Amino acid sequence: MKKTTKKQTESIVIRTMSRIMIPFIQLFGLYVIIHGEASPGGGFQGGVILGTSIILLAIVFDLREAERRMPWKVITAFMCVGLLIYSGIGLLDLLSGGAYLEYTKLPLPLPAHEISALSILFVEIGIGITVMAVIILLFYYLVGDQNAS
Amino acid sequence: MVGIIFFYVAEDMPDLGDPNNPTNIHVSPRYIEKSMEETGTPNMVTAVLASYRGYDTLGETTVIFTAAMAAILLFQKWGK
Repeated sequence: MKKTTKKQTESIVIRTMSRIMIPFIQLFGLYVIIHGEASPGGGFQGGVILGTSIILLAIVFDLREAERRMPWKVITAFMCVGLLIYSGIGLLDLLSGGAYLEYTKLPLPLPAHEISALSILFVEIGIGITVMAVIILLFYYLVGDQNAS
Repeated sequence: MVGIIFFYVAEDMPDLGDPNNPTNIHVSPRYIEKSMEETGTPNMVTAVLASYRGYDTLGETTVIFTAAMAAILLFQKWGK
C-alpha cells in the first residue's frame, strides 16, 4: 500500500467518496440487469454500469489497483463466459426439441411463459457479463498499460 | 434526377404516424397484446429484444465480443 500512495489521486475527498460510491454503482448495475425484464434496462446498460465502476476505480486510484481487483485473465474469462451463457441457452433449447433460442421448450416444471422469462433473465445476465468485461478491457487498453500480461 | 424521383415516389408514402400504416398493423399489435403471455416479461422492449429478436441480440453480443478479440489481437504483446 505504501508503494502506491505516491501515484494515487491527491484529493482524499475523491478517494473516500468513490470508495463509498463504487459498491452502490455495482449494486445499481446488478439491479438494472436483474430487473431488465420488468423495467427499463437490460444486459447492455447494466453491463456498462458495472464496467464504469471498475473504470472509476482505475481513474481515482491507479490502474494497478484496478488490475489487482479485476485481473486480465478474469476479464477475458468473463467475456467468453457471458457469450457462452447466451449461446448455451440457445443450444439447450435446440437439444430439448425447440428451435435455436426458442425458450419455451425447456423441460422444466414451469408454465411456458415463466420458462421464457427465466431464460430471458439468464440471457440478460450473459449479455451483462460480456459487456462489462469488454468495457473494462477496452479501457485498460486505452489508458495504455505497457506491461499488459 | 435522383432527387426528382425521390420526390415523386415520396408522394405515395404513407403518412407519418398514421395508425393504418403497414408498419403499425403488421407485428406491432402482436407484440403489444401477446408479449406478456408468450414471453412472460412485462417489459415489451426486453421481450422483443431477447425473445422475438433473439438472433439479433446474439449477433450484437458477438459484435462486442469480436471487438474485444480484435483489440486483444492488435495490442497484446506476443512471444515475450
